Amino acid sequence: MAKAELEPVIGLEIHVQLRTATKMFCGCALGFGEPPNTRTCPVCLGLPGALPVANAEAIHYGLLIGLALNSTLAPVSTFHRKNYFYPDLPKGYQISQFDLPLCSGGKLGEVNIHRVHLEEDAAKLNHVGVGGRIDQANSSIVDFNRGGTPLAEIVTEPELSSAEQAGQWLRLLRTTLRTLGVSDVNMEEGSLRCDANISLRPAGSDQLGVKTELKNMNSFRFIERGIRAEVERQRALIEAGEEVVQETLHFDPRSEAITSLRSKEEAHDYRYFPEPDLPPVVISESMLSRAAAELPELPAAREQRYIEQQSLSAESARMLAWRAELGDYFDAVCEADRSLDAQAAANWVAELQGRLGDQEAEDSKVSASALAQLAALVASSKINQGGARQVLDQLVNEGGEPAAIVADQGLEAVGGAEQLAPIVAAALEANPELTERLRSGEMKPIGVIVGEVMKQTRGRADGEQVTALIREQLGLS
Amino acid sequence: MADDIQALSAAAAAAAIADGGLARAELFEHYRARAAADELNAFTWVAEDEPTVINGPLGGVPLAVKDLFCTEGIPSQAGSKILERYCPPYTATAVANLAAAGAPLLGKTNQDEFAMGSSNENSAYGPVLNPWDRSRVPGGSSGGSAAAVAAGLAPWALGTDTGGSIRQPASLCGIVGLKPTYGAVSRYGMIAFASSLDSAGPLTRDVTDAALFYRNLVGRDSADATSVAFPGPIDLPTSERLDGITLAVPTALVDGEGIEAGVRESFEASLETARELGATIVGCEIPSAPYALSAYYVIAPAEASSNLARFDGVRYGLRTEASTLDAMYTQTRHDGFGAEVKRRILIGTYALSSGYYDAYYGRAQRVRTVVSRELAEIFTKADFIATPTSPTVAFRLGERTADPLAMYLSDLFTIPMSLAGTPAISIPSGLSEGLPVGLQICGPAFSENRILDAAHALERAIGFDGAAARSGGV
Repeated sequence: MAKAELEPVIGLEIHVQLRTATKMFCGCALGFGEPPNTRTCPVCLGLPGALPVANAEAIHYGLLIGLALNSTLAPVSTFHRKNYFYPDLPKGYQISQFDLPLCSGGKLGEVNIHRVHLEEDAAKLNHVGVGGRIDQANSSIVDFNRGGTPLAEIVTEPELSSAEQAGQWLRLLRTTLRTLGVSDVNMEEGSLRCDANISLRPAGSDQLGVKTELKNMNSFRFIERGIRAEVERQRALIEAGEEVVQETLHFDPRSEAITSLRSKEEAHDYRYFPEPDLPPVVISESMLSRAAAELPELPAAREQRYIEQQSLSAESARMLAWRAELGDYFDAVCEADRSLDAQAAANWVAELQGRLGDQEAEDSKVSASALAQLAALVASSKINQGGARQVLDQLVNEGGEPAAIVADQGLEAVGGAEQLAPIVAAALEANPELTERLRSGEMKPIGVIVGEVMKQTRGRADGEQVTALIREQLGLS
Repeated sequence: MADDIQALSAAAAAAAIADGGLARAELFEHYRARAAADELNAFTWVAEDEPTVINGPLGGVPLAVKDLFCTEGIPSQAGSKILERYCPPYTATAVANLAAAGAPLLGKTNQDEFAMGSSNENSAYGPVLNPWDRSRVPGGSSGGSAAAVAAGLAPWALGTDTGGSIRQPASLCGIVGLKPTYGAVSRYGMIAFASSLDSAGPLTRDVTDAALFYRNLVGRDSADATSVAFPGPIDLPTSERLDGITLAVPTALVDGEGIEAGVRESFEASLETARELGATIVGCEIPSAPYALSAYYVIAPAEASSNLARFDGVRYGLRTEASTLDAMYTQTRHDGFGAEVKRRILIGTYALSSGYYDAYYGRAQRVRTVVSRELAEIFTKADFIATPTSPTVAFRLGERTADPLAMYLSDLFTIPMSLAGTPAISIPSGLSEGLPVGLQICGPAFSENRILDAAHALERAIGFDGAAARSGGV
């Protein structure tokens, strides 16, 4: 029996901690590793009688996110209570949004956005004892510093079709949020957290299969590995004629094991109802115009600008636009020498980043003006590619001025037929046997002659030019 | 001298202190000693010394505060075992406002657990006795506050009203109780029962005391997002006449079954007095009134079921240790909550459950909208709505504890205003078989000044004397 090809359908739910000065519903400063329970007050501890007051700056950040994702901003939205018991939830409910979120719809890259809403983060639980979960622990202690941190929850439509695509899109989202300045968007530290809804269906079908939800993967690598593992698990089930069960899953990145957290039957009834302590959020014209005025250029627009105005390749444009810091550095290089070819500059920025690993270019010893100077030296044939790479190595390690390094180390290109022709002629003369083979049409030995010339010029000659001179002197074309 | 002090209203005592005729410390000690000797179980905590008093318009007249309000470092137990000996780290805005205006804290008063009840029999700290007849209830949930003021154990008291919890005990104890416009008084630090209905207000000997108290209680609070600035100051009432005033009486409601003959008689007499003062009496209808009680007993428990989720044994209050987290939650809440609170949590949880939300909570909210609209419609034709505050006088302890529905009917006349968020006052209209009857006057939102004025005129004309109860508290 011919089996229909199965295609994954993936939707993402992203929780973003907003970098406001204070918490979502009280005046406590956000926690950044202070001693436990020092950034708390009656409100975020859920003490009797305490009441929430919505943080206007968090709503502003929510509007910025909505604008950046091309969402529809609700003129009036409401907070709801999501009721369930857990020690990290001091009120017994989370204040979130339900049927009237701040932002609806929208699109980022190729992916449609379902909604964006605001809510509060839970506190942090530390389990003492054998297992990492509360039912295995000898005791659990709660740190409420994180409790009440503003969160934006961004939900995509189920439109992604592979782990790689999900990872790449999430990087675009991260850059967008970072450019907005609304969050630290650090997955390891938990300021960006991602759950994935995953199902499979026959390719081309418009029906959705039974989905599972994979929780809280805390790095890009784990997200891609987790999704891949879950897609394979579902594929194996379906191909074995078994059924996928709707459940919430946990991915262990060390063992790559997927375990069930709870089934559909065990799912909570959150008993949502409108939060009576908070009036509806009404978005005024002045709030909208403030958000619109503060909206910076976003990665998608920047990518377009690089392609259309600076004629960068699609690959370079995306690399620089989706990684905002690198794009800023590239802009500074172009600004330092406006005569530079943008693509050449982009190539040198890529060359530099390749040497830096995780370090940001702007934090390196290579200033944008130094890189611009280096690119100009190459463009004017003052040094060749090999020499330039040597200079870049030294810049990365010690910093400095490219021109001075070139002079110091005698890396100026040996160029022009009048300089190179005698050296080429001497190399041919010194290798009569190879020269004969070249003349008879066997081109293999040409590399040895080029190498000889490079040796004589200490690598400062241009390889292509040397090859051309050899051909010319032997009358080969 | 003690009798002289006891005879002074709060406003009169403040005036006596201001002109040097009475020492502030003497006044405080007078009431402190009486509160400490309380035989009605009206107090759950009494100050040992006079706290630092701020000079202000309340003149140092000591204040009793319902235990539902948080008071820093002082037990705030909300009538519940789950908060036994709980001392909050902060003070409620309402209490802080009154302290800042010169009313030092005398003590905390008993109440129905989490303000759920109409008789004060739902307190984990025992029932409160009515000073007019100790075999009877003082009403609830602010029963301790009402009994303390009626018995002269406190000059005045702060209470809360969610469905009638200020007005009904004020009625049953023969004192004045004002339920404000929703939002006029901050709820910050007031332990929540039903957030969209809860309001804080005064229980006092007379209408002037209520106005003096209330003018220092209102105000927008940045810590309560639902609070609003009161439009203009609260004036001390001076009216002696009701000329040009129209009182609307919801005929079907007031003529319904369950209203005692003595209560009806006193109410009719009050209307006659109002006529003599120049008022016009007209009939009106609140067609949704029969549904208001049902809607209230869905909305209030729904919000309560969520508000009370924080009492989980994790951070404060009672914790019953158990082997698993769920068992700890279950056992703590089993041990810590009383029967009525559990009943309402169950009702509220059910009403909010997926699949039932529209049928119960959603429909109840629609009824609420209709009630508000009907009251607003009446206020386009009349200045006030007048009803008896409670269909009955104080009932006997234990008389209704076995029948929650009969107990819920105590709030029949007070609940429509709670749902609409409009202000209402209860003043004594007379005695029926030796027990006080209350008259309720309600107006549109923010009409407190006019309500206080009308109540002042009626109070003078009725001439109710509460002195009999003021000797009976100790």
